[in-house]
Amino acid sequence: MSWIDLSAIWKIVVYGLIAGAGLPALFAVGLFALSRGPKAQSAGADSDVVVGGNPLGIVIAGVCFLVILAAIGWGIYEVYKIGHPAPAK
Amino acid sequence: MGNTLILVLVVITALGFDFTNGFHDTANAMATSIATKALDPRVAVALSGLLNLVGAFLSLAVAATIASGLVNTKLVTLTVVAAGLAGGIIWNLLTWLLGIPSSSSHALIGGVIGSMLAAAGGHAVKWHGLVSKVIIPAAMSPIIAALVAATGTYLLYRISRSLTQGSRNHGFRIGQIGSACMVSLAHGTNDAQKTMGVITLALIANHTIPAKSNAPFWVILACALAISIGTYSGGWRVIRTLGKGLVEIEPPQGMAAESASAAVILLSASFGYSLSTTHVATGSIIGTGLGKRGAEVRWNVAGRMATAWLFTLPMAGLVGAGAYALAHAVGGSGGVIVDLIILLAVVALIYWRSRTSKVDHANVNDDWSGSGAPPQHEPAAA
Repeated sequence: MSWIDLSAIWKIVVYGLIAGAGLPALFAVGLFALSRGPKAQSAGADSDVVVGGNPLGIVIAGVCFLVILAAIGWGIYEVYKIGHPAPAK
Repeated sequence: MGNTLILVLVVITALGFDFTNGFHDTANAMATSIATKALDPRVAVALSGLLNLVGAFLSLAVAATIASGLVNTKLVTLTVVAAGLAGGIIWNLLTWLLGIPSSSSHALIGGVIGSMLAAAGGHAVKWHGLVSKVIIPAAMSPIIAALVAATGTYLLYRISRSLTQGSRNHGFRIGQIGSACMVSLAHGTNDAQKTMGVITLALIANHTIPAKSNAPFWVILACALAISIGTYSGGWRVIRTLGKGLVEIEPPQGMAAESASAAVILLSASFGYSLSTTHVATGSIIGTGLGKRGAEVRWNVAGRMATAWLFTLPMAGLVGAGAYALAHAVGGSGGVIVDLIILLAVVALIYWRSRTSKVDHANVNDDWSGSGAPPQHEPAAA
């Protein structure tokens, strides 16, 4: 019966950083890859064109976005699993 | 079987609390998306309401904490629950009126603990549970959220620095919508469970279900509906404070803040910590201000919020204790009914007061002028 559950806090910090900062960073990598290529590069500084047209870039971006979706789905499943324990007898 | 009429009244009051919880907290998920114009305000609240509904079915760990981890269930009576709810609702509405994103969870827990103390004294409260599952998480969670959000913000700007301003904002607005949806889901998971826990507590007190039961399905469904309707009705005042008041937010910061909030809330909920989503969301938004060079955090606004947070537990507790004392003085079922009538009167009064300085989807994004409500008239040329 400790007052602070250090192992829980430690897990929240580490998983929090992976999911809460790592996944958006991966999204940024996807955006970066997506923007490679002539279309976005030649546009002016005010342009909001995101897709640059480089095929490799588009593939990498697709992989990044899929990994993010998969991670979110898995995370939600884990929360569901932990959150429905058998009722105490 | 106890008193069915009073039980029904208490359940309705609890669902009323859940509704205020929803509209008080729409901001946590959607304030930044509305502020950066990633989503139309009305679309934002509809989407958030729907996801809250789904999220409410995701976990029961927090409901268990509230129902049996904080007070001695053997000593709880329906009067205690009713008085506690009155404390929670009144504090929630007062802070909403002032546009302060205070914690609905603390309002509820404070109210219930206050009325429990008034009813049975200190031994009826599980102080260890209160400190380890509520107070320490409350102190830790904004710090963890700020750390995650600052890290995320730094990484996002670093990775996307070669993109033009326009395409970066365009891309991150899309990401922001996704992450805001995750916060809504997390909010449903975390906050709807608190009301489930309280209704479960009332059912246990009335001997309708045995002690240590999980929330019955109809309770989960009713709470899910109440919080999602509340969310949909949108607490525009708090949205304004969080979206415009604290930090001026760009889309990458919005995405970083929301991802951090969603991750921290979902993780903590699965450990059964009754976190305040409000504290987490505020911590995240401050974190994005710290993670971006040159961004400014309005610490005076943050300070005002933190003050309200410190007061939430004790103040809601005082109202809860007062409500219990009154109900006890009147006695029996009549006491509970008197409490609920006074509660209705206070709610009506606060609603009436709020009409005089209205914040809604039309003026929610007006420039920040130092206080919650935007100017009612065109400001003079400065």
